[in-house]
Amino acid sequence: MSVKLSTRQVGDVSVLDVAGRITLGEGSSALRDTLRDLMSKGHKKILLNLGEVSYIDSSGIGELVSGFTTVANQGGQLKLLGLTKRVKDLLQITKLYTVFDVHDDEASAVRAFS
Amino acid sequence: MGKKTGEVQTVDQFLDSTLESVDSAEDLVLDVAQKAGFPEEDLHKIGMAVRESMVNAVVHGNQYSAHKKVHVSVSKGPDRLTVTIADQGKGFDLGTVPDPLADTNILRHSGRGMFLIRAFMDELQVRRLSPLGTEVTLTKYLGRK
Repeated sequence: MSVKLSTRQVGDVSVLDVAGRITLGEGSSALRDTLRDLMSKGHKKILLNLGEVSYIDSSGIGELVSGFTTVANQGGQLKLLGLTKRVKDLLQITKLYTVFDVHDDEASAVRAFS
Repeated sequence: MGKKTGEVQTVDQFLDSTLESVDSAEDLVLDVAQKAGFPEEDLHKIGMAVRESMVNAVVHGNQYSAHKKVHVSVSKGPDRLTVTIADQGKGFDLGTVPDPLADTNILRHSGRGMFLIRAFMDELQVRRLSPLGTEVTLTKYLGRK
């Protein structure tokens, strides 16, 4: 399995559950397409649940950054939920950890959307 | 293909310029690294460095050309793992790669590959090949924090 994506609504927040590998090719393009689809349908509060992501490469990091900036440019917010240690470490060494609003708990993440 | 010279064992392959080759190279190197005794966390770092180097070779170096190969060589010595990845592309100047940690670059979509390779391996060497190509050599030492 490369990557599995599923979307659900919690109030007015769209939660995108991601599982598997976000790497160059199928994984990163699937994430990009799903985020674009959500935005094209007017969803502006997006919570990216990365709790089941086993692997992410620089292309996957790039998709996270692109998603974050695109949503923000459209007046929305993208937050991250449930980072594994490896993903957290990657965001820290690339100095992106403080760029994203990161949460460990879904309920508090949903509340954080203003 | 494999050969054993003294205590150094080398395995090498010529791979097509495809994303499937990125997976193949990672699997090849991780198999050798696992047998060499690297711990799980180092295996992850080695695998990721190889993946990023292969993406550079396939995508930026050979530009997916069906006529160009990527040469992957992995050597296991008594205290280290050495991986060499060579493409047949036009090459690049490492000095022109922007610093992904600079404030002006932090939100760029791409440009973090070389940085991650440096972060995850103990040594990185890059050299231009004649007439065409770039060769990167990655080294990871056993037992080094």
